[in-house]
Amino acid sequence: MSRYIVRRLLLLAVTMLVTSLIIFGLTQVIPGDVPRLILGREAGEQALADFRAEFGLDDPLPVQYVNWLGGFVTGDWGRSFTSGNPAVRPLVMERLGNSMRLATMTLIISVPISILLGVLAALWEDSWLDNLISVLSLSVVGLPEFVTGLLLINGIALGIKSLGLPATSSVPDGTLEDWIRQLILPSLTATFVLLGYIARLTRAGVLDELKKPYVRTATLKGLPYHVVIFKHVLRNALLPTITVIALSVGWLIGGLVVIENVYNYPGLGALMVDAVKQKNLLMLQAIVMVTIFFFALANLAADLLYAVLNPRIRLE
Amino acid sequence: MTPVIEVNNLSIDYQLGKRWLNAIRDVSLCIDPFEIHGLVGESGSGKSTLALALMRYLAGNARISSGEILLDGENLVSKSEHEMRQIWGKKLSLVPQDPLAALNPSYTIGEQIAEVTRLHEGLSKQQAFSRAVELLAKVKIADPEAVVRRYPHQLSGGMQQRVTIAMALSTQPRLLVLDEPTTALDVTTQAVILDLFRDLIHDNKAAALYVSHDLGAIAQMCDRVTVMYGGEVMASAPVHPLYAAPLHPYTMGLLASIPRPTEGVETRLPTIDGVAPSLAERPAGCVFAPRCPVALPICFDEKPPLETIDTGRMGKCHRWREIRSGELVMQTAPLEKVATSLPPDDNYVLMAGGVSKRFGSPSLFRRLVGGDSGYVQAVDDVSVRVRARSTLGLVGESGSGKTTLARSIVALEVADDGQMTLLDMPIANTLAGRSQAVLRELQMVFQNPNDTLNPYQTVGQALARTIRRLSGRAMIQTEIRAKVNDLLDEVRLTAEYADRYPAELSGGEKQRVAIARAFATDPALVIADEPTSSLDVSVQAVVLNLLKDLRAREGASYILISHDLAAVSYLADWIAVMYLGQIVEEGDTEDVYQAPSHPYTEALLSAIPAPDPTVQRGNIRLEGDVPSPRNVPSGCRFHTRCPRKIGAICETQEPPWLDAGGGHRIRCHIPIDELIAMQSTPPDSERDEVSL
Ligand code: SF4
Ligand code: SF4
Repeated sequence: MSRYIVRRLLLLAVTMLVTSLIIFGLTQVIPGDVPRLILGREAGEQALADFRAEFGLDDPLPVQYVNWLGGFVTGDWGRSFTSGNPAVRPLVMERLGNSMRLATMTLIISVPISILLGVLAALWEDSWLDNLISVLSLSVVGLPEFVTGLLLINGIALGIKSLGLPATSSVPDGTLEDWIRQLILPSLTATFVLLGYIARLTRAGVLDELKKPYVRTATLKGLPYHVVIFKHVLRNALLPTITVIALSVGWLIGGLVVIENVYNYPGLGALMVDAVKQKNLLMLQAIVMVTIFFFALANLAADLLYAVLNPRIRLE
Repeated sequence: MTPVIEVNNLSIDYQLGKRWLNAIRDVSLCIDPFEIHGLVGESGSGKSTLALALMRYLAGNARISSGEILLDGENLVSKSEHEMRQIWGKKLSLVPQDPLAALNPSYTIGEQIAEVTRLHEGLSKQQAFSRAVELLAKVKIADPEAVVRRYPHQLSGGMQQRVTIAMALSTQPRLLVLDEPTTALDVTTQAVILDLFRDLIHDNKAAALYVSHDLGAIAQMCDRVTVMYGGEVMASAPVHPLYAAPLHPYTMGLLASIPRPTEGVETRLPTIDGVAPSLAERPAGCVFAPRCPVALPICFDEKPPLETIDTGRMGKCHRWREIRSGELVMQTAPLEKVATSLPPDDNYVLMAGGVSKRFGSPSLFRRLVGGDSGYVQAVDDVSVRVRARSTLGLVGESGSGKTTLARSIVALEVADDGQMTLLDMPIANTLAGRSQAVLRELQMVFQNPNDTLNPYQTVGQALARTIRRLSGRAMIQTEIRAKVNDLLDEVRLTAEYADRYPAELSGGEKQRVAIARAFATDPALVIADEPTSSLDVSVQAVVLNLLKDLRAREGASYILISHDLAAVSYLADWIAVMYLGQIVEEGDTEDVYQAPSHPYTEALLSAIPAPDPTVQRGNIRLEGDVPSPRNVPSGCRFHTRCPRKIGAICETQEPPWLDAGGGHRIRCHIPIDELIAMQSTPPDSERDEVSL
């Protein structure tokens, strides 16, 4: 097991290295002369040259890459191209914090509900309940995020103003209660995307396990129904679900561009869109690196979790 | 004596679409205290459904349509599922067929055993775990303290099955249902487990229902036997009269179709023609009538009643009286084989020398750290030869390398080492290096015909494709069609089968198509890997006969791979016994079955449960599991399990080949005459007779 972990960590490092190469390469081929784009048409040659010098854009590419990567690893993520040239790292970190809060909130809401729905659907397979859950979860998944988002804004928040839910959230700030309020709508929207997916996966997992002979063994031991289901069946049925949940963390942190835009929520996704618009290279590189790092980490977490929960792998 | 369980006129239906189909009809059965009751039948006979129904456990789409099940006089049929949960695990226990699948992969052995006693006997967690350790010791698991902490997948098949029996016996149940409990095990492990079952069942004063398709295991285990066919009881009798003087044509047919090691190669097996009816097409009269060789017109119209013949003996046949009085005689002895073939000659079809095959390569890490070698030496320097028109039988437990050897010969695996010649021509070890002519001469029949027949091709298309692909010349459509029909005829299938899809065929028919395909190219050598092990015994007989006929008519040679020594002896003239990748004994079939034998062969033979309750099984048992082929024992590979081991020499020195005459060779440190001496006087007295 420990060898397995070491191997997976090495793999993570290699993934990140390759990723950094790709990111660096891609930003080099973005069309347009970045200094001119940033400084504007009127900027003089001297200003452009200064800009190049300041951001090291005159160095040969390998040197630029090594400088950038070295800086990235040691925590110096460079400065933004935008006015005032603020440091990239604090900006990204702040947004990352926001995104993580949103992800946590979403998981807290979506995981229990979707697993419960999936288990219920499986235990009452082909009943009205199963069909209802299938239809609901499928239709919610089918809707694009901005549609559910707008529906939620209009339907819930504006309709029930008395609740005091804000329809648009600015930079999250203030008390815990405010936090929850600002997070609820975006996380509900993200929940809708995850819900059907996790519920259907859970349902399939439970149905699969129910067919296995060990369930019969447990039943014929005389164990009460709930013990058979909760102790024996779910222990195995939820293995794939748990890994998918772990995987979705990566998406929740870096992939909620649309939701963040609809709610004007200051997450990492929104920052990435801004960076692209502004051709803010160092910022963009940093965001993509962070996002991919979390994807890879989520992947690793999913695999490790699966191994820990599954003695057949853990004890190899 | 009040019976532990009494089933009266039980019928069970299955729902298929909107229809209810009858699966079990009007079954009555009764098991006394301390009795081991055998329930025997082929696939589709309903024996497993009945066994579980006895525990009032039904599939989701099944219902009990009539009858009663009395456990100590209490009717289970009217009980709710909730009430049954008080009885399951406490008074009724199941020992399942496939122990690995029947154990929860995510909990330790200890947890899974403790669960039962905590539930039914109110033991604390602590008490239940120490009880689990005791129970594991009782099923003769070495080091039970360690095993309670293991997970199912960490144990061997035999150990897993011991765990399930420990679990089943943990609450002193009234009735133990054993559902094909040794089917997944090797014959040597089966022998050990069967001994254990019998001792434990008697020690616990439990009654047991032993479900099996294996007439040998039933004969050795049971006091009484019920024979099922097509969802009905055909016969029920104490074990001795049932085997000695069967009164039902189906029982007679079944018993006759078992190949026995003593029969030699000159005979054909009596068979039961046809296939068992599916649920939807059970005949209105006697269910066995369409296949019964002595059926009368009345049998097709009128269901015979289940009549009491003697005390404790019942039969369901219109003609049992004639059979008992001897007026009606059925052919049950092996038939003489019509000698149409030339005897084997001394030319070798195939010679394979020094074949080795290993899987995996040691990683750098393993090589640095040492420890086990990291690769599996599946076949280690094995040489075999097959004479023209003869059959080489390859036997051994799983992991012996017999299948890998066969696959290397047909180049499905690429041998790492070894020279092969086919019809005196050297052939390459790789498929790519072999010409079409070589491929034509070497064909293989696999264990599971489902894996080799394309479900979207009709039988005719499959055969035609093989003919075209390997014929080596252009053929016109009518010529191919004629050849397809010839082939079907060879395997005793009518020409109509050419238009059928594999899904429309029974297991036996599929295997016959697979054989037909192997013969499509007039091969010199056909390699058959466990060709009958997925088939019922009555169907197995048909396939074995067919192979024998084809050998005679086509002049082909076989390599027959099997774990079933009896089936092998029926067909093979020469036998090679493999253990852990090496041949340990080879010789003429008759010689191999008699002393002197290699101690491993001796144990294999001793482990076969004879399909005759009067024949005592040998009492040589192999303890322990086959060592991992990653870590082959030093010296003699068998020394970790050998009951005849003579000392340190076995652990340090590779045994020499000893010549026992007539080409019969044994690889052992014990000299031939000593082997003969120790094997002709069976050690100690036999175990006790099954008490009634
Ligand atoms: S009743 Fe007739 S068909 Fe059935 S087994 Fe007896 S003789 Fe054969
Ligand atoms: S060499 Fe020794 S261990 Fe091997 S089979 Fe002979 S007696 Fe047994």
